[in-house]
Parts: sequence; C-alpha cells; structure tokens
Amino acid sequence: MTSGFLAKNPSVLIFLAALALFTLATTLLSEAYGAGFLSTSFIKTLGKTLCLCLIAVAMDLVWGYAGILSLGHFAFFGLGGYMIGMWLMYARTEGIVLASLSGGQLPATPQEISDGITTQIFGVVGGSELPLIWSFAGSLPIQLALAVLVPGLLALIFGWLAFRSRVTGVYLSILTQAFTLALSLHLFQNDSGLRGNNGLSGLQNIPGLDAVPQATSSIWLLWASALALGLAYTAAAFVVSGKFGSVIKGIRDDEQRVRSLGYSVENYKLFIFTLTAMIAAIAGVLYYPQAGIINPAEIAPIASIYLAVWVAIGGRGRLYGAVIGAAFVSLLSSWFTGGRAPDINLGVYTIKWVDWWLILLGLFFVLVTLYAPRGIAGALDRFTHLMPPRRRGAPLGPCDGALQEQEADK
Amino acid sequence: MNSLLEVSGVSVTFDGFRAINNLSFSIGEGELRAVIGPNGAGKTTFMDIVTGKTRPDSGTVTFGERSVSLLKLSEAQIARIGVGRKFQRPTVFEDQSVEDNLLLALKAARSPWSVLFYTRKPEHMARVAALADEVGLADVLARKSGELSHGQKQWLEIGMLLAQEPRLLLVDEPAAGMTVGERAQTTALLVTLAQTRAVVVVEHDMEFVRRLNCKVTVLHEGAVMAEGTLDHVTKNRDVIDVYLGR
Repeated sequence: MTSGFLAKNPSVLIFLAALALFTLATTLLSEAYGAGFLSTSFIKTLGKTLCLCLIAVAMDLVWGYAGILSLGHFAFFGLGGYMIGMWLMYARTEGIVLASLSGGQLPATPQEISDGITTQIFGVVGGSELPLIWSFAGSLPIQLALAVLVPGLLALIFGWLAFRSRVTGVYLSILTQAFTLALSLHLFQNDSGLRGNNGLSGLQNIPGLDAVPQATSSIWLLWASALALGLAYTAAAFVVSGKFGSVIKGIRDDEQRVRSLGYSVENYKLFIFTLTAMIAAIAGVLYYPQAGIINPAEIAPIASIYLAVWVAIGGRGRLYGAVIGAAFVSLLSSWFTGGRAPDINLGVYTIKWVDWWLILLGLFFVLVTLYAPRGIAGALDRFTHLMPPRRRGAPLGPCDGALQEQEADK
Repeated sequence: MNSLLEVSGVSVTFDGFRAINNLSFSIGEGELRAVIGPNGAGKTTFMDIVTGKTRPDSGTVTFGERSVSLLKLSEAQIARIGVGRKFQRPTVFEDQSVEDNLLLALKAARSPWSVLFYTRKPEHMARVAALADEVGLADVLARKSGELSHGQKQWLEIGMLLAQEPRLLLVDEPAAGMTVGERAQTTALLVTLAQTRAVVVVEHDMEFVRRLNCKVTVLHEGAVMAEGTLDHVTKNRDVIDVYLGR
C-alpha cells in the first residue's frame, strides 16, 4: 500500500477522517472523558453499531463485490463472540472462585478451583465437567486466535464443498441459511458445551479491569471497534481497488468468462468467503463485550438476512454504502424497537412502532430495491458526480449476482 | 504435420441424446480451420469439450507437443496452458474500464495471492496500450466497457484474447451481428491471428467462411461428415443433402 493507493481511493481518507471525527466527538461527549452528554448505554450502542458496520463491510465484499449472496455471515460473527465470551466468562469466574476460596484454611488446589469454575458456569445446565472446547478458555491469546481461526476454518470447509460443486446463486444462499440454522440449533442444546439457550452472560465485565467503571471501558471498546473498522475498511479498499477487485467483480458479473481467462474462480470465491468470515468474526469479538450477553438466538438465520438488507439499503458494491446502511438501519432499528419512537394514535388503531418497525423496514427495503437500487450511497454519488448514464436496468452479466446497470458507477 | 490439438474417438451423451458421436479432429500449429454444420450438429459441444466445460464419456483430447491430456485439467488450467475461447455474444466486463478488461486478460500470474499484490508493471501497461491501439480502442481506455458499441465490445474481446496469448483460439460465430465492413475487418484479423497461432472458427455464414479461405470441417450429428477445402466439401453429396440443400 503506497501513497498511490490512497490517491486512487480518496474515499478511504474521507472515511477514516469521518470515523476519527466521530470517535473524537463521542469521546468528548462521554461520561468518562468529557461532557457526559451521552449515556454509557448509548456509547455501547454506538460501539456496537461500529461492529455492525464492520460486518457490513465484510458482507459488501462477499456480496456486493464477489456476487456471493451469503446469508450466513452472522454465524461467523456469533462464533467469534462465543470464542471471546468463553474467555471473558471463564477468567471472571476464576477471579470470583479464587476470592471465595481464599477464606479457607488451606490454599485451594487446582482441582478445587477448576471444579468451582465448572459449577459456577455449568450449574445452570446441570453440567459438572468442563467441556473439552473450554480447554483453552483461560488463555486470552489462544481464545483470540481461535475466535478468528475457528470461523475461518468453518468458512473454508463450507466454501470448499459448496464452490467446488459449483453451487451458485440462490441455491448457495439457501445453503448458507441451512448452515446458520444448523449451528444455531446445535448451540441451543444444553450439551453443546456453550450453556444452551442461556448463552454466555456477564461479558461486559472485562477480567482484570474490575476497577475500571463501565463508562470508561465502554469508551475503550468503542475505540477498539473504530480502529478495527478503520483497518478493515482500508484493507477492503485495498482488496477491491486492484486487480483482485477486477477479478472478483468479473466473477460477480460473468463467472464463466473469468474461468475462460484462466482464473480458478473457485479459489477466488473461497479466498473472499474465508476472508470475510474472519472479518465477521472480529466484529463479533468486539461486539459481544459491549452487548454483555450472547445466546444462540443471535445466530438465528434472520440476523444474516438483516445484514443483506442493510447492505442493500446502503448500496452494494460500495464500501461506504455498506457502512452507511448498517449504521443507519441498525440505529433506526434500535430507536424504533427501544420504545423511544412515539406511538401514533389513529383513533381506531394505535400504531406501536415496536410491532410495526419490521413492516416499515420491509417496505423500505422493497422501495429501495425498486426505485433506488444504488441505495443510500447512490444519493451521495449525486454530489460526487458519479452518476451513471441513464439506461435500462439490464444485468451487466449472466450471473445471478451480476450488478444491474442502474447500480454501477460511471 | 505436428498437431497441436488432437481429439480422437470422443462421444458425449446428454440424457440419452448423443451430442457427439465418435468425433475425431486434429489441428496443427498455426492452422486456420472453419467448422460448419447445421444447428444441433454438436459445434458448441465440441468447443465445450476442448475447453473442459463438458467431460466426454469416452475418447481422448490431447494438446501441445507433449500431448497433455485436457480431460484431467480444470477449465481454468486449460485456459492457462493456452486454449482461448471467444464466445458468441461479446462478453466483456461491462462494469469495468477497457483498461481493466485488458489487464485482466493479460498473460500474468493467476493465483489469488499474486493477483492480490499485483502492481501495474510498466511493461504490462505498455502491452495494454499496444493492444488497445491494435484493436482501435486506444482513446477509450478509461471508459467503462458497458458504454461501448456492440462492434467495439467485439473488438475489446478480441483484444482480450490477444492479451491472453493463447496457442489455440476457438472462435464462436465471430460474424454474428457485425456489419459488412466489420466482417471484412474480422476476416483479415482472423487470418492474421492464424499466422501466430491455431484458430478454429465455428460459423454458419458460408460467405464468411469462403473469405477465410481455409480448410473446412463439416459436422453432422456429432461426427465429422466431410473435411477439405470449401469447394471440396460443398461438392460432397451428403453435405449438400443435410446442410446446403435446405
């Protein structure tokens, strides 16, 4: 990455500047470092939104650029969350157990400590033995590595099987949904070793930071999320701006043609699918300490469909579009479903937004797809003079994921 | 004459229909060959077999002086060892610039890793500029190829094929949708191309084939019916019956 890269991608600098400004402003308005204008819970919402923007960047890479409509990326996000959640829960419980055992006559044996932790964590699902997958839960570096490697490996195996058999288009989407559902159903079982439907909780308490108030640690996590988003955005821009981007856009529009040029389409798809699964996992690692709790419902198939909706509303095939879409829709969603939106009394019927928000979102999605296929980012293009020539909305290639003419930049 | 591509005894069945029936075909280095035949004669299936898209039930397909079997290679590998294909419809990447299209086709490392860290080398850019000049697209390099006219897209695709530097070029109905002037240009181009590589042209249009002035193979029901000069095959009784007679 040289200065030439940034010169050719001015949007990266603009994005990084906006992100830095946002982070600075949030910090200055926070309870911990500034005016205290923003509540800690709102800081956490903003931090979580940054993580959602991060997974949206991954979704845009895999769908908007490579044309693979994966409806399973939230599975990788959730897996990342579970991996970090295991360490958070284990290390914190270890602290509690050590404290309670320290009152005894004799120093606690490792066996007593281990039993104490197991009872604390697994008592709720009736388990008395530490499951094998918790073997490394005491080590942060190993758990962090697993948080990226496990989703990456799963994506690699799944992708290898699917792409090698030339599963494309809507069939691949269905397959990714099935994968997500299977994972979520597995995690719902008590004997999955991850506490069934209770999930992992108390994740907002970072072990070793007991003295740090939530107001401060939430800002630290927001910084980490912003840093990860900035790095991932730059990396994604690097991936799509060069020849690699050219190849994956070619795959999106006309897979057969790319193959006849001598590129092994399957390897490229596998590469981008695995890479984006790992980015999604990193987003999950940063998200769940801010959310405080993770359970299998987070991996439900619908979550991954929302992700596609965010990217479509934001504008697929543009990285900033994905970020705008995720931020806009998820913040709006938390406003509507948080009970803060005023109900509308129509006399005979009162519209409660908590119930009606999904219908509004669905309507919005349909309208965007029909009348503004370039999404919200399309409105930005108006100012940057990136308007496309007005043509019919024919696909630019024969593949299912091919961009429509209306979606393309000039 | 050493043959570059050797297809022998190949058969393919689709749901009980024999699309290719014990077909044998060979073409030498730097040869220009026209393949003609009525609809359903197996012309496209023949190309699909050579490019690896369709696997034959029986027979062998070998390529190059070391007689590499193409049946064991993937489509991408076949393309990399030097078999290029021009599709019937002009297929260029419409969302990308003419320059990006040419760069994509340019002979270079094709693995994801080397493509990810690819930097535009001066010699590659010079080659792209030269190719664009050759196909008359030098002043539209920066434009999106989706904005080009139908004829320009055809030329861009030919430019991409040249960039790929194939040893064998399979061309599917090049004259389709071209004006008379463009046809003459295309004929000349194909003849020029055949000086440095083998070219197989699949075509319906007899006039076009006549202008190519090359050896002709007539396919019928998945097998070779006649082979020779155009005058020779058009005198063949069977060919007149099944193809020209109608």
